[in-house]
Amino acid sequence: MSATEDRLRELMVRGQDGDEVAYLQFLRESSPLLRGFLRKRLVRLPDDVEDLVQETLIAVHNQRHTYDAGQPLTAWLHAIVRYKLVDLFRRRARTDAYNEPLDVSIDLLSGSDDAAAEARRDIGKLLATLPDRQRLPIVYVKLEGLTVVETAQRTGMSESAVKIGIHRGMKALAAAIRTSGTGP
Amino acid sequence: MRTDDLILALAAGAEPVNVRAARWRYFTGMGAATSVALLLVVYWMGVRPDFLDGLDLPMFWFKELFCAALVVAGLLAMVRLARPGMRLAWAPALIAAPLLAMWAAAILELLTAEPEERLPLLLGVSWSECPYNIVVLSLPVFVVAIGLLRRMAPTRLRLAGAAAGFVSGAVGALVYSLHCPELAAAFLSVWYALGMLIPTVVGALLGPRLLRW
Repeated sequence: MSATEDRLRELMVRGQDGDEVAYLQFLRESSPLLRGFLRKRLVRLPDDVEDLVQETLIAVHNQRHTYDAGQPLTAWLHAIVRYKLVDLFRRRARTDAYNEPLDVSIDLLSGSDDAAAEARRDIGKLLATLPDRQRLPIVYVKLEGLTVVETAQRTGMSESAVKIGIHRGMKALAAAIRTSGTGP
Repeated sequence: MRTDDLILALAAGAEPVNVRAARWRYFTGMGAATSVALLLVVYWMGVRPDFLDGLDLPMFWFKELFCAALVVAGLLAMVRLARPGMRLAWAPALIAAPLLAMWAAAILELLTAEPEERLPLLLGVSWSECPYNIVVLSLPVFVVAIGLLRRMAPTRLRLAGAAAGFVSGAVGALVYSLHCPELAAAFLSVWYALGMLIPTVVGALLGPRLLRW
């Protein structure tokens, strides 16, 4: 248990310092925990699990500056996934689901699930709705793996505009996911 | 998009994040908002003319300490509520302590006073304007505190909104003491507390709407 905590914490702190490899590893090792947690809570909504895993990962990414190295990483992660879960319940107005027990931090580590299924909601389609100044930097840097400098040259944007585009675009994407709702 | 692809995309080109920026924003934001509240007192309400005469009264310093302690305690609660999974720890106790001390002082004051003095102690000369003035003076900090929280990731939105409101009320009360002539514990324990309670309730009501992410 605490081995997971220590390892994830170290990967996150290195990721905050700009270590992409550590950060990638952090996301890879977190997602089974998130999936396991959500699958247990969404027994009656199995189709929503992968959507919410992805939504939570984007939230973790957008809010990674709010992690303080002095606090337990699993508590931080748990609070975010729980917040996203309650948010889903609120959107679906499934008030009965509020009563499920959600508040034990250790739960995050008690079940983990590696089977990444296909999400029903296609984030790629939501990405297409963003304006060019946000969409292009995300597509070039995040999906095609170009550097910020190369993206700036290709789009004619300044380097800082590319960085701002990614930052705002990720926030806009999170908002688009939230308002798109989940499920039919 | 598959989750594995999303993870690759998120990590690709992930820039370092400045984890100390939040602290800097708290200092500058709260400092600037408090300065605006101070300017409002000085240039709009006016510092009371006998302000300097009051500086050697112990009760004046008790009042200042009361307000300042609540500012610090409220800020600690707000800063903790701004981060997911951060426990409140002793922040509620730190908020309760000055309030309990002031209420105890008020009860003692009223019990030892002559019966006909009790109502004047409670109402002072400005009870009807005091909470209103504190609420007005809380506005700059309220706006800034909500803005600061929106850049963080509070997960208990109602509580975080209440903390932001409480901090703004406590700062409002602190700067209002430049103008306010009241020194009775009975007065402060009711009307100052009410002035802080109003922004707290407003924050709790608006929190879920303003702080969602």
